[in-house]
Amino acid sequence: MSTTRRSTAAVVAAALSTAVLLTSCSSSGTGSTEATGADGKTNLTVSLFGTFGLDEAGLFDEYEKLNPDVTITYESTQGENTYWPALQTKLASGNGAADVQGIEVGRIADVVANQSSKWTDLSTTVAGDQVPNYLPWKSAAATTEDGKVLGVGTDIGPMALCYRSDLLTQAGLPSAPADVAAQLGSWDDYTAMGEKFKAAAPAGTAWTDSAGGLYNAIISTQEEIYYDEAGKLVYDTNPAVKDAFDTAAAAAEQGLTAKLEQFEDPAWDKGFGGGSFATIACPAWMVGYIKGKAGDAGTGQWNVTSLPGGAGGNWGGAYLGIPKSSKNVEAAAKLVKWLTDPEQQAKVFEVGGNFPSNTGAIDLVTGTKDAYFQDAPIGQIFSAAAESAPTQILGEDDAVVKTALVQSLLSVETNGVSAADAWKNAAKTIDNQVG
Amino acid sequence: MSASSTTAPPAPPGPPARAAARSELSLRSRLFRLEGKAAPYAYVAPFFIVFAAFGLFPLVYTMWISLHDFELGSDMQWTGLDNYVWLFTNEKFYNSLFKTVTIGVLSTVPQLMLAIGLAHLLNYRMRARNIFRVSMIMPYATSVAASTLVFAQVFGRDNGLANWILSLVGVDGLDWRNGDLSAQIAIAVIVTWRWTGYNALIYLAGMQSIPGDLYEAAALDGANRWQQFLHVTLPGLRPTILFTIVVSTIGATQLFGEPLLFGGVDGGALNQYQTLGLFMYQQGWGYGALGRAATVAWVTFILIIGLVLLNTGLARWRDRDKDTGGRAAVHDTEQEARP
Repeated sequence: MSTTRRSTAAVVAAALSTAVLLTSCSSSGTGSTEATGADGKTNLTVSLFGTFGLDEAGLFDEYEKLNPDVTITYESTQGENTYWPALQTKLASGNGAADVQGIEVGRIADVVANQSSKWTDLSTTVAGDQVPNYLPWKSAAATTEDGKVLGVGTDIGPMALCYRSDLLTQAGLPSAPADVAAQLGSWDDYTAMGEKFKAAAPAGTAWTDSAGGLYNAIISTQEEIYYDEAGKLVYDTNPAVKDAFDTAAAAAEQGLTAKLEQFEDPAWDKGFGGGSFATIACPAWMVGYIKGKAGDAGTGQWNVTSLPGGAGGNWGGAYLGIPKSSKNVEAAAKLVKWLTDPEQQAKVFEVGGNFPSNTGAIDLVTGTKDAYFQDAPIGQIFSAAAESAPTQILGEDDAVVKTALVQSLLSVETNGVSAADAWKNAAKTIDNQVG
Repeated sequence: MSASSTTAPPAPPGPPARAAARSELSLRSRLFRLEGKAAPYAYVAPFFIVFAAFGLFPLVYTMWISLHDFELGSDMQWTGLDNYVWLFTNEKFYNSLFKTVTIGVLSTVPQLMLAIGLAHLLNYRMRARNIFRVSMIMPYATSVAASTLVFAQVFGRDNGLANWILSLVGVDGLDWRNGDLSAQIAIAVIVTWRWTGYNALIYLAGMQSIPGDLYEAAALDGANRWQQFLHVTLPGLRPTILFTIVVSTIGATQLFGEPLLFGGVDGGALNQYQTLGLFMYQQGWGYGALGRAATVAWVTFILIIGLVLLNTGLARWRDRDKDTGGRAAVHDTEQEARP
């Protein structure tokens, strides 16, 4: 009696769970399954990660108003590291990807090298008209050897230095952007200033947020980083990588960092408002992040100046691409073209700080000032950084190498590992994974 | 009466009709026999079909993938046992195995001991007993994500509740997340918080099946409550304890959500809380190396089977000298545990 009841229950449970599985599978896709909706309108799906600023600037609504025959369904995944694997499985199955997908700059080398069969060649669409308008390195990175353009740029990440002017003043240091810049001729000057800050800083406040962030800033000014022009992995012989690593590790050992892992440690977010660090190297897209995390209370506390020595660097940025599986390539290409036009990119910069990659838009934003950052001329600072930024050589496994190095720097900060051992650990991880 | 019924058969159904009836009858009986044989299989078929689709196939296919170089977004390439060689010569694998064991011990042992204590208390007659019993299961009903995010705040370095409590007793705040043992303890606390109530209810159910007269007899012999617990409750609970140990061991081996949400896929700067589950996830979705991830999955699977066999084997071995009743009880619980 009890056995039959149990097996019936098991069958019911199994059937239920099957049903749940099936429904959850079928409802998860925002895929472009139908070209036109019931009302005859073209429905375009847009799937992005993090904050592109497109929706925040109201661009999708505006496009729908301008094109009454188009509706846009937009979704965004917060973490790029969950967004990308999910997209990969959709691309592999040829089903479920949106009409327009975001591509992070760290992935573009992989896309260009290995996935040209899965993305539409945009040079054959209207979006291709946009290509000559970009900074040359931005479009070159998304172009395959045989000339296919797999993505058009949205934003780039020119680097600057964001700092808490109130904390610098408290430590008796100059706090006006020009004065700070004048003191910082090099990264060594930056750590030296950090030493001075540390001697006079309020309790619980470090000079910068993390050794990993400092490392990323220093390396962002380099042309050749982990790969050479021929596509060979050279991180272990490239003196620039070792120098940047050693500088960051030294800063960690001198206690100049707040030991907060970027984007992972919840305390890092709180630190922007709470004042656990005084400076942070900030790509343009981090400007919006700082505003969000420090909140209204942080108005007038932060300021922006250029990187030490006025160096130009780039960290991050993104592209828009159209998967081959899209049923609305023409309409999607029109949308992509419009979203990356100078006017729209300029609007995104003003709302979210994502810096335009379209040269026409860069001209539009050079005069932008930001009241939150004490009216800092952010347009001018980031334009200058974008102009002097070198054309970085991107490689397929950049992300693996970078993550390993940044992780090792965290172990120097928080676990008392020596810089030499940390370097060895990172090298072992990289060889193990990439070699 | 009986003679008339045999000598006067009803006239209308003639010989041909009777033959038809006989063949119909035999068809029916054949169908009946067929049903008798086939019906049980049809009844159990849904389970096996679902199991084949969602249990067996993924298992075998994962094995197949583990023999290939399979990068996310490209095609599979046969590499034989290369992935296994890579895995067994990889320090990070042994590290994650070790961390899985330490976090497993740190979470399972206090969790089961607490659970048995709570169950013992809940077994007494008291006011609002059901409310206490239901409240036991509340943490279990909370999602991993929600509880982990809350605990991540509790164990925060700056302004965390745990550090505040430590400061009350004059201990300096810890960087829970970045330390080695401290991060493992924090994760173990999350696991313990979630699963203690669940295990307590299982123990409670086990306790209620222990006959009350045993306690009466023990009380008459002058045993106090602690002695009753030691000499009546614990021996009576042995099959239940074995069951919870097996289930907790499996859970600990697969530990994933808590460390992932607590500190990310690396499991700390030195991988100090990277469990096997995290290691597998990092290979598959962090690095896109699905072949290697499948290899980790299979090795974990075999490890779990080994651990379960070891657990039950130990219990059998311990029971050999005991009465057969105990062994039958163990056997029963295993049967219960299976679905």
